[in-house]
Amino acid sequence: MSPLELLMAGLLLAACLCLWRAWSGPTVADRTVAVDLLGILMVGFCALLTVETGKDLYMIVGLSWSLLSFVGSLTLAKHLEGRRFDD
Amino acid sequence: MIDLAQPRDLVAYLLMALGLAFDLLGCIGLVRLPDVYNRLQAGTKCVTLGTFLLLLGVVVRFGFDAMGWKALLCVWFIAMTSPTAAHAIARAAHRAGVPLAPGSVLDRYREDGEARARTEPGAAGAEEPAP
Repeated sequence: MSPLELLMAGLLLAACLCLWRAWSGPTVADRTVAVDLLGILMVGFCALLTVETGKDLYMIVGLSWSLLSFVGSLTLAKHLEGRRFDD
Repeated sequence: MIDLAQPRDLVAYLLMALGLAFDLLGCIGLVRLPDVYNRLQAGTKCVTLGTFLLLLGVVVRFGFDAMGWKALLCVWFIAMTSPTAAHAIARAAHRAGVPLAPGSVLDRYREDGEARARTEPGAAGAEEPAP
């Protein structure tokens, strides 16, 4: 197991903890928090993949993932608040 | 690939290992803490700093080339978006009436809404549901 694979395994463990919270969170807000954190964790995973492969592509994936997960979190928060999507 | 005999790669690896430690601690906080506000507190701040350190590892490893600048741009995006999303989720959870953990002693947001409802009826926050 190379050193970078060790880091990836740790990050996947953290992601599994997030998934457990998203699975068993008692309220909808807990699940929203877990999904939000999962998006940020995956950006870090893309950084690890960039170092592992030396390819530019994964950093682009991380960039778009960070912005898209932000939009998703805001949408979920607005839905949680009970507002319509157009106000 | 990373070669730990090179000093530059070693520094990058240490940064990334520190970032992973922050990520793991944030996720343990997400699992262990009692209510959604505490979980948001632990999760968002630790995981944001941990991802910063992972991306800074990319910058140290590759220098300021295409990947390094993209990593810095990613740091900027996360620094802008992550606190905003956390704030929106906390506000939405409070308005949706998610209760605080038993043993919480202070709820400034509710007190503020009640005070505003007393002084100016019909203002925003007057329809605040009591959690």
